[in-house]
Amino acid sequence: MIQLTTPVSEAAIRALKVGDEVAITGTLFTGRDAVHKYLHEGGKLPEGVNLKDGILYHCGPVVVKAENGDWKCVAAGPTTSIREEPYQAQVIRDFGLRGVIGKGGMGDRTLKACQEHGCVYLHAVGGAAQVLAACITRVRNVYMMEQFGAPEAIWEFEVKDFPAVVTIDSHGRSLHREVLAASQAELAKHL
Amino acid sequence: MTNLQDSLLELIRRTSAEIPDDVHRAILNALEQEKKGTIAESAMKIIDQNIALAKNKSQPICQDTGSILFYVDCPANFDQLTFADTAREAVKLATKKGYLRQNSVDSLTGRNDGTNVGPGSPTLHFHQHRSPEITVRLMLKGGGCENVGAQYSLPDERLKANRDLDGCRKAILDAVVQAQGKGCGPGVLGICIGGDRATGYEFSKQQLLRPLDDRNPDPKLQELEDDIVQTANKLGIGPMGFGGKTTLLGAKIGVLNRLPASYFVSISYMCWAFRRQGVVLDSNGNIQRWLY
Repeated sequence: MIQLTTPVSEAAIRALKVGDEVAITGTLFTGRDAVHKYLHEGGKLPEGVNLKDGILYHCGPVVVKAENGDWKCVAAGPTTSIREEPYQAQVIRDFGLRGVIGKGGMGDRTLKACQEHGCVYLHAVGGAAQVLAACITRVRNVYMMEQFGAPEAIWEFEVKDFPAVVTIDSHGRSLHREVLAASQAELAKHL
Repeated sequence: MTNLQDSLLELIRRTSAEIPDDVHRAILNALEQEKKGTIAESAMKIIDQNIALAKNKSQPICQDTGSILFYVDCPANFDQLTFADTAREAVKLATKKGYLRQNSVDSLTGRNDGTNVGPGSPTLHFHQHRSPEITVRLMLKGGGCENVGAQYSLPDERLKANRDLDGCRKAILDAVVQAQGKGCGPGVLGICIGGDRATGYEFSKQQLLRPLDDRNPDPKLQELEDDIVQTANKLGIGPMGFGGKTTLLGAKIGVLNRLPASYFVSISYMCWAFRRQGVVLDSNGNIQRWLY
């Protein structure tokens, strides 16, 4: 298990390879469909959201307000990332992301952006909302809640030892592409 | 049915937080199969921890608490309208309590009113039967797995799939390869051969109500179900598409008549976080027993 702490340096990202397991500590911002479309169309990040050398999490959490008024995250697994493929490369480039967490993998444009700008795609275990929520030590803030609704808002999480696997590295390798090709070749033997 | 709302609320809570026993057994088996020290094994371990944590905390297994699908078997003269009203209230309450995420969005305006109640949500299927028993099954089906569902119209030239069981097999295995890990595998397939586009998908979802360890009454379909699972598990897609031994936990196939002009194979993919439960209710709406 490789420790990653935000903000992440380009060197730390370039050292990662497909198949590495990482544990992330620091700050994660969530952003999914509505946020990506908004940024793609030239929307500005709200004040307080800084993605430079940061990690963006494709996640629509379940967050409830405790009696003392604090937010409490009760479920926070990754959502399917491929929907952000039309936008992700631009967001990596424009905002200086070092990592994107999601599930299901991403395509060639994102892979190329990871190579060019020093970023990785980190695969969290889909559906593991409780294990991953347990890594969120604090909900620091929420942005654009009114505009996008709770699942689509930008949440700012403080995390400790958040587990993920590098499935697209900054050297042009994608586990998703490799498994797809291998499984297609294997299927051909069974038809 | 004075206690119906409480019972439905408990059904929603338990469905969202607890994996049914048949699915849990299949997941534990898959965990054992994976090679030690691989990322596939790591993923299965996290899945196993997640199942325990969700149950202990009584919180959603997955944050995408999914489409809310009720299947109600009831006697003739059962008041479906009152049941539907009560189910909608139970859904609102369950959402307030955090058993369900605020998960229902107006498709035109993008607005999420936070109640989970609106056109199509929840979805209620009523079936009358000649028994006084009232059974309510609930499936919560997340968007990630719903998005990798597929419908094939045979013959399919690309797949060299003709209008026979071998053609169906080719279509189903193609859907598995197309889905890769995107549906949060290891998954379960509900499959319908025949029907029209709408009934085909609907019946494919109903197959997911069958316990994983049941037998298909038609031996030919049972054979195809076994073959699909065995073949899929040779493809090396594995948990989350990380590569590994278990790609599918199960496959269930049902058949509907079709028109001479149509031959659909409809496939619904269910993720490992397979949330379905069911209850038998008494005439006051109390839970008599659980079904899974």
